[in-house]
Amino acid sequence: MPKTPLAFTLNDAETGIFVDDGQNLLEALRRGAGDLSPKYGCGQGTCGACTVLIDGVPHLSCLTLAEAVAGRRMDTTAGLAEGAELHPLQRAFMEGFAAQCGYCTPGMLMAAKALLAANPRPSREEVIEAISGNLCRCTGYEPIVTAILEAAAKLQGRAA
Amino acid sequence: MSIEFRKDLFADERDDNLNEIGKPKLRQDIEGHVTGRTAYYDDHLFDGLLHMRCLRSPHHHARVRSVDVAEAERMAGVRRVVRPADVPSNLNTLLSLIGFGKDDEQLLSDPVVRYRGEPILAIIADTEAIARSACAAVRVDWEVLPHVLDVEEAIAPGAPSVNPAYPDNTFTYAPYDHVKLRFGDVAAGFAQADHIVEAEYEMSPIEQAPMETCGAIAAPETADRFVCHTGTQALFFSLGTTAKLLDIASSRLHFIGGTVGGGFGGKVDSITEPMAVLGAMLTGRPVKFQWDRMEEMQVGAPRGAERWRIKDGVMADGRIVARQFTGFFDAGAYTRLSSYAGHKGTGHLPGPYTIPNVASNVFCVFTNRTPATAMRGFGITGVDFALECHMDRVAEAVGVDPVSLRILNAYRDGDMKAHRRSAKNCALVECCQVAAGKAGWGLSAQDMAASSLTGTTAARAAIPETALDDEGQEGARRAGRCASADPAPGTRRLPAGVQGRAMAAVPVQRPDMQILAERIGHKIPEGGPAPAAAPTAPARLPNDPAAAAPGPALPAAAADPAPVPPAAAPTPPAVPEPTAPYAPEKPFSRGVKRPGVSRFLSGSRRR
Repeated sequence: MPKTPLAFTLNDAETGIFVDDGQNLLEALRRGAGDLSPKYGCGQGTCGACTVLIDGVPHLSCLTLAEAVAGRRMDTTAGLAEGAELHPLQRAFMEGFAAQCGYCTPGMLMAAKALLAANPRPSREEVIEAISGNLCRCTGYEPIVTAILEAAAKLQGRAA
Repeated sequence: MSIEFRKDLFADERDDNLNEIGKPKLRQDIEGHVTGRTAYYDDHLFDGLLHMRCLRSPHHHARVRSVDVAEAERMAGVRRVVRPADVPSNLNTLLSLIGFGKDDEQLLSDPVVRYRGEPILAIIADTEAIARSACAAVRVDWEVLPHVLDVEEAIAPGAPSVNPAYPDNTFTYAPYDHVKLRFGDVAAGFAQADHIVEAEYEMSPIEQAPMETCGAIAAPETADRFVCHTGTQALFFSLGTTAKLLDIASSRLHFIGGTVGGGFGGKVDSITEPMAVLGAMLTGRPVKFQWDRMEEMQVGAPRGAERWRIKDGVMADGRIVARQFTGFFDAGAYTRLSSYAGHKGTGHLPGPYTIPNVASNVFCVFTNRTPATAMRGFGITGVDFALECHMDRVAEAVGVDPVSLRILNAYRDGDMKAHRRSAKNCALVECCQVAAGKAGWGLSAQDMAASSLTGTTAARAAIPETALDDEGQEGARRAGRCASADPAPGTRRLPAGVQGRAMAAVPVQRPDMQILAERIGHKIPEGGPAPAAAPTAPARLPNDPAAAAPGPALPAAAADPAPVPPAAAPTPPAVPEPTAPYAPEKPFSRGVKRPGVSRFLSGSRRR
């Protein structure tokens, strides 16, 4: 099968891989770039487990053609922490019991990160709206919404 | 919101100075979850990974006349077509590992499919897309057969037979075709009652819908073994099932799991693991068998549908004096865990209420629907839904406050349950009081003064004389005698105080319902494993005291000098025979450890 070279920035690292024709970004990231944090949940854009940020905007990597990200900047949950220091969102998810099986968590964190970047002081309704594309079967969402609000407050405190 | 614990309400009952329980803790696996480092089964990368997809039946019930795979086999990238004949021992039932139920399901079906989506062959290819196209290129000549999708239609005379292992479409709870519970005499209770309240409740199948679909990756390992990464909830069940279906020693299987992307009961069925390992055996390459979301929803075994009919005899003051159940569990086409749901559902009756006369027939019925399996309290949740809806209906019929009705009928410590076990550590009365308080629901002073600790009486603590019947004997329906849905008035009587049928001669089938010290740790009596199904000799001696005679847990009943059924006469302990050297007739045909197999399995390495 013919392979196409593809270069992009993944979590601040210059990355180059080869992709198959028609390969989606989820497979390219997982198998090609070895970043296993985005998850396959449905392959049809309904569950949000594969959410990654492309130039800061959340995208469903299972519905994104890998070749479309050439030269662009991508962020995934694998790069959310700063070295050994966890991001406030990660801290809040841990302490607020916002993950049980953990399968939706990487996608959820990316949706939350994009929200807080665009809107540092979101209301509860805005948080719910921001994660409305991400399904979770374990938590019932309440702890996730609360954790995102807590992380937002913490980030605000840090900024002030 | 603060949480109140039962220990707060019963502070005088025990002293709980616990260090961990009741205090917030971080999950031990949470850091992996929030950093994306948690490795689910699909997060293990293999070079040369092949992908497996199944060809599935579009019909509820059909026979395969012929299959033409010529075009699929010619496609570039197709490595192997897996046919039913490639499965070395292609018949299993999930609970056979604990000796319960007949083998009734093939991994790949041949020649009859019994539910929509049942697989008849699999294709292994270089990519998932190729495997998908190859499956689409297979031509199948189907002979469509009549199907049945409703539990009561399935047990009506002349219904299509779904599963050849159970031709009457009911699971066999020997000697009956249903689970039977009899306590007191419901006919007498109904005769005495002021009101009769009768209703039917139904619950649809519910898909567990985990975020991670079912799947497994298997690969050849060194020393003629296979490694299998899986999302199963039941790692050793899956290992044992794989060993049985593929007819290999379980020591050749190296299963790695425990990290499940959501299960909720839907990942116990052990289907993807034998398929992936079979693929690795046939190709010599790593093989992934992953359900897509559509398969997860269509063929992933859901919580089974339930139908419950409840008839209550109620006094004018709200006391329920008789409760009769007819329950139907829709197993779908194969048993999986539905047989167990029948037991669990019956074990839950008549709800947390002391009712002197209870009768129940619970059927586990085969239909041409997707096989059902475990899901979050399966066998219990649907019963509770029916029971509590019915309690509200009774309250309305009698004109009693619904919370008050529950407090009036709730178990008190010491009451005798319909299962002939004493109720203890009851808390429904207190739950009702706290819930009513939180909801601002006014309760009478009498209801507020009620307590689970008081209120039992000699009559409530005793086992009543019980009306028996033998209807629904296994095979009766085939002989033209339909089991009536309504338990008929008893023709025989079991004297008061008697625990029930002597179980000494019945092999142990429900290990989790009989907690015996001797069973803990799966200890096998000295002398090697006794044949599980030998009806003449008790498989395990410890059965006798707990099952057949009033047990030590029932002081009230034990004091009662009730006639003990002859079969329950204490059996003298068998003289332990010298331990025979381990010699399996079939490699690992039983799923539990045996003495002398391995010091790493026996636990002796801890010493």
